[in-house]
Order: sequence, then structure tokens, then C-alpha cells
Amino acid sequence: MFDNAYEALTEEGDARWAFGTGFADPLSGVDTTVPSGVDGAELAAYCLMLGDDALIMSHRLQEWCTRAPELEDEVAIANIGLDLLGQARLLLARAGKADGTDRGEDEFAFLRTEQAFRNVRLVEVGNADFAFSMARLLVFATWRLALLQRLVDSVDPVLAAIAAKGVKEVAYHRDYAARWVVRLGDGTELSHQRMQNGLTAVWPYVGELFTGHPVESRIGVDPAELRAEFDAVLAQVLTAATLQLPETPALATVLGRSGRDGVHTEEMGYLLAELQSVARAHPDATW
Amino acid sequence: MTARSNWPLYEVFVRGKRGLNHVHVGSLHAADEEMAVRHARDLYTRRNEGVSIWVVKAADITASSPDEKDPFFAPSGDKVYRHPTFYDIPDDVPHM
Amino acid sequence: MSEDPALLAHFEATIAADQRVEPRDWVPEGYRRTMVRQIAQHAHSEIIGMQPEDNWITRAPSLRRKAILLAKVQDEAGHGLYLYSAAETLGADRAELTEMLVTGRQKYSSIFNYPTLSFADVGVIGWLVDGAAICNQVPLCRSSYGPYARAMIRVCKEESFHQRQGYELLMTMMSGSDAQREMVQESVNRWWWPSLMMFGPPDGDSPNTAQSMAWKIKRHTNDELRQRFVDMSVPQAEKLGVSFPDPDLRWNAERGHYDFGAIDWSELKRVISGNGPCNAQRVAHRRKAHEDGAWVRDAAAAHAAKHARREAAA
Repeated sequence: MFDNAYEALTEEGDARWAFGTGFADPLSGVDTTVPSGVDGAELAAYCLMLGDDALIMSHRLQEWCTRAPELEDEVAIANIGLDLLGQARLLLARAGKADGTDRGEDEFAFLRTEQAFRNVRLVEVGNADFAFSMARLLVFATWRLALLQRLVDSVDPVLAAIAAKGVKEVAYHRDYAARWVVRLGDGTELSHQRMQNGLTAVWPYVGELFTGHPVESRIGVDPAELRAEFDAVLAQVLTAATLQLPETPALATVLGRSGRDGVHTEEMGYLLAELQSVARAHPDATW
Repeated sequence: MTARSNWPLYEVFVRGKRGLNHVHVGSLHAADEEMAVRHARDLYTRRNEGVSIWVVKAADITASSPDEKDPFFAPSGDKVYRHPTFYDIPDDVPHM
Repeated sequence: MSEDPALLAHFEATIAADQRVEPRDWVPEGYRRTMVRQIAQHAHSEIIGMQPEDNWITRAPSLRRKAILLAKVQDEAGHGLYLYSAAETLGADRAELTEMLVTGRQKYSSIFNYPTLSFADVGVIGWLVDGAAICNQVPLCRSSYGPYARAMIRVCKEESFHQRQGYELLMTMMSGSDAQREMVQESVNRWWWPSLMMFGPPDGDSPNTAQSMAWKIKRHTNDELRQRFVDMSVPQAEKLGVSFPDPDLRWNAERGHYDFGAIDWSELKRVISGNGPCNAQRVAHRRKAHEDGAWVRDAAAAHAAKHARREAAA
């Protein structure tokens, strides 16, 4: 009595579903030997920095789910969140191989303390409104794209491959955010004001992106090199958006330490409490 | 919400791979053509870079309707397919 | 409303020949209304149905599960979009349909008015709720209304991923710790009966079934589909190692189907009439998202209008 449509529709091998949903080890089949002359511990530390940036940024984007201004944007924002989650998985898995501990992505994501997270503070602060989130995404993606474009030449071939995959994704993220910043900046009076406010609220977190950590310049890309490109892109977008470059000063560090050193904002603790709650409640579970 | 801010409806056509026709896959709402192309890529192709997407405002389509005894393919009926101007990128939006 | 007999005869001949009705075809007003209502309620269900699962995205206990869940909830937004598009081919307007949803004038599937209380619910929703939805929806791939049928082909294709991921999560959890196995069984206990209720009232109490079957909007009765779902689910539960909370559930060799206990419709009626555990919360959440986004949508429209004016002036 039933259509055989169901049979036809449940065929194996349809590759349409999102990247990373079909396998447990994101680096499965990849040669993860640390190249000679590279300090594995430093490589791991660097992967955690970039991985944590992606993981925590993805978390804040996931929070938009079911709350986006339009359904089409639900789909787009989820795509960006998924891309970054995929990058985080690859980078955390790389860290576990590089430092020789063989820790998996989940051990890093769910069982580290707040002080062990190495993400910049920009990504962890809560979403204020859509303007804030688009300002943050523009800043984040512009910075990360410039970084990944240089990282494709990394001494570590695994990191280089992860970067090459990420470049395409983050270029799309930057494009998506830039278009919203332009629409909101050059939209209505209200949206212009909110976009300017969002940008101003994000700006204190920008400075930290370019000060960096000694590990970054030793093993990866010195973030200070990215500033000129970042400024040029932002200037172009903000001009099109009829917005002013904020003059809000950079957020101070805590005795010289910030996100890359494991010193975060107050909001980070709540984020991790949520992120880690189920995993920590069932330490002997398999998911 | 006021009628003014309703985003118009766009029809979406996708060519899955070279050698095939663009096929109508559905529709979506967008404020402008650029947004429509991007949303179409997200929604109907999950950003498969290899495919070609056309979007066209539903209101700009002139259609024959056999049951209404319209003239079959009036000259304007296929105009949207011949003028894929919706790929133009606005000057004031930085091309990323 | 008087309807042109020639047009009506043409419409009925199209249906009788198992041909699809397409946009711009003349249809009886009753068909249009029924179809818009059905598609809109289905679209609303996809959109509201994102919420119970979204509830666990930020807490998913592994990054792989997080990616799967996020992709799944994203698919549901996509399904909502396909379906709203199909409704718009009948002259409905998405903004108006959304308005009907957020003001409570149009319904969505009552299953989403139940809360998700543990991570096992993510798996059980995939297995049972999406499984029931597939039973309901596969026949709709042959709905007489072309755009709806085509949207449903896409939807069903993606739903099959959803059901599989749910079942796979439960299999993994069942092979884990005792606490996980208990979590799965507890979740199954909460979702089994509501899943059976997803097929709607018994055929005897289903006022719209006869007309919908005649118009080939619906292809099978509620009870037929429900039985099909029970027959499919019981062996799956056995394989998983969970039980359904129904002492009357047993194989009936004579009928060639599983018998199951009487459904308590009184609770479902309370849920349908708006007093379910999450009715108010779900609609309020959707309304807030819609209202919070108004200034953004206005801005995009204003920007597009400015741009069009500038282009015209250039």
C-alpha cells in the first residue's frame, strides 16, 4: 500500500548533509606526524588558539538559531556556525596529535577549564543584538581570513590543509557579515544607529587580535602583520555602510594577560558551563 | 510589519552541473538580487560552489497558463532567462 | 461561491487522472483554502519544531553531535522555507502566514508543545517523531498539488537523515553507561504516546479526511498511517533494547499487525487547545524572534530601495 518513494529517498551515499556529521574523527586517514624541526607542544598550543577561536565563535552563532531576523538568515548563520565548528574540530584534533597526548577534540572542548581555553575575548562576549553580532562577525572573519590566507604556507602540512579549507569558508563569512553591515549601516535611521552602536561595542576587543602571543609568531602567523589588511577591508566596508570607524580604546589586559593566556571575560564561565554541562555530568558516557 | 518592508519573492533556478539546464527548484524572499543569490546558494545547494544559480523576481515572470488560454509563450514570457543581469554586483557593496 | 462548471470539471478530471495541479491552474476555493492551511501548518511545524532541538545545540556533549544537531535544525529552517514557498504559489503571503502563527491563529504540530528534557530526547525525536513525520509525509510526495509534492520530496529526503541520526545516537547511548540507557528509556517513555498522536484523531473523528482523500491531498487515513508506524517501530525498539510504555502492545498474527493500547486523547486535546507544557513558550519565542528582527528586515528593504533609486538615477 505504501509508495516505494521511501526506499528511494533513504538511499545510502547521499553526500548532501553537512560536513563533519558523518565521521567521528575529523582527521581520520590524515598523516599527523609532526614535521621535523617543529616543536609539537608549540604547534598544539597554536592549534588550540585558532581552534578555540572557532569553537567559541561558533557557540555564539549557534545562539542565533531560532532567533534570526529572517528564515533565510537562519540557514546562513547556521552554515557559518557549522563551518567554524568544523574548523574547531580539525584544529583541536590536530592539537591532540601534535602534543603527543592523543587527546581527542571532545576532551579539549568539554574537559578543559576556562583557564586552558586560548581564544581571544572578542568571540566569547554575548550577542547583544543582530548589529553587534554582524559587527563581530565582520571583524572576526576579516581577521581570520587574512590569517588563514597566510597559514596555507604553514610548515605543518596538516595545518596548511586546514587553513586552505577554511579560507573558502571564512571568505563567505566575511562577505555575509559585510553585506549586513552595509545594509544596516545604509538602511534606516534606526538601523544606522544600531549598527554604529554595535560596531562601537565590538571595537574594544579588536586590539587584542593583533597583539598576539609569542607562540603565534614563532609557529604560525604573526597577527601584527594582519593589521594593515584588516584596516583596509574595514575602511572599505564602513565607507559603503556610511559608518564611522569607532574610536573606542582597546580593552586592557589583566596584568598583561588576556584570552591567549587563558584570562577571559566574566561571560566565558557561563558559556563553558553551558557548553560542557552534559559532557561533564556523564564523564563515562559515549555519545 | 509594514507591506513596504516585505522582501520580494524570488524564483530560483539551479544548474546542478555542466551540460544540464537550469531547473526551477523553488523560491525565497530577499531584499535584493544579491541577497537572493546568496540565500539560494545556502538553501538550495548548501553552498556547492560548482553549480550555477539564477534568481529572478517572481513578479517579473510572465507566464503562459494553458488553462487560462493565454497565448503560448508570449514574447515577454521568457525574458528573464535571456537577461541574467541579477549577477551584477552593486558598486557600493565591496566585492569580497 | 458559485464556480464555473467547466472549470470545475476540468479540475476534477485533472485530479481523477492523477495529474498534478500546478500554480495558476484554476482550483475550487475550498481546495485552495485547504491546501494553504495544510502547507502553512506544515511549514509552521518545521519552524516551531526547531525550538525543542535547538534547546540542546549549545549543550550537545560531543562536537560531532553538535554539528549533526545544528545541521538538522538548519534543515528544518530550510524545510519551512520550501513549504512557505509552496504556499505562496497559491497566493498566500509568508508575512501573513507568519502573522497567523505568532498570533496563534494557525496551528502547528502539537508534538512540539512537549519539552525536551534530556539529551536523549534529541535521539528519540529523530527516531520516533521524525519517523512518524516520515510516515505522514512520504505519501505527500504524491500530493495532488505539484509545488507541495515537490517540496515534500526534498523534505523527505532530508528527514531520512534525521531519523537515521536519531537512531544512531540512541544506539550509541544504549551501548554506553547505565545512566545513558536509563536516559534513553525515560525519554522513550515520554515520547511514545505523543508520537502516536501525531497521526491525528481516529478516522471516525477526522472531519477533513474524506474530502482530502477525494482531492488526493491526503493519500492514507490517520489510522492506516499510525498502524504502519507502530509496525515499523516495534522491531526497531527491540533491536535498540528499549520498551514502549504500552502493556497492550503485541503482535496480532491474524491481522498481520501489532495491536496497541487505547490512546488517551484527553491530554492531547488539552495540548491542542493551547494548554500543553510548551504552547505559550513556543509561540512567544517565535513572536519575539520575528519582532526583534523587524528593524533588520526594514533596514534591508530600505537599503534595497535606496540602491534601486541610485541605480535608476545613474
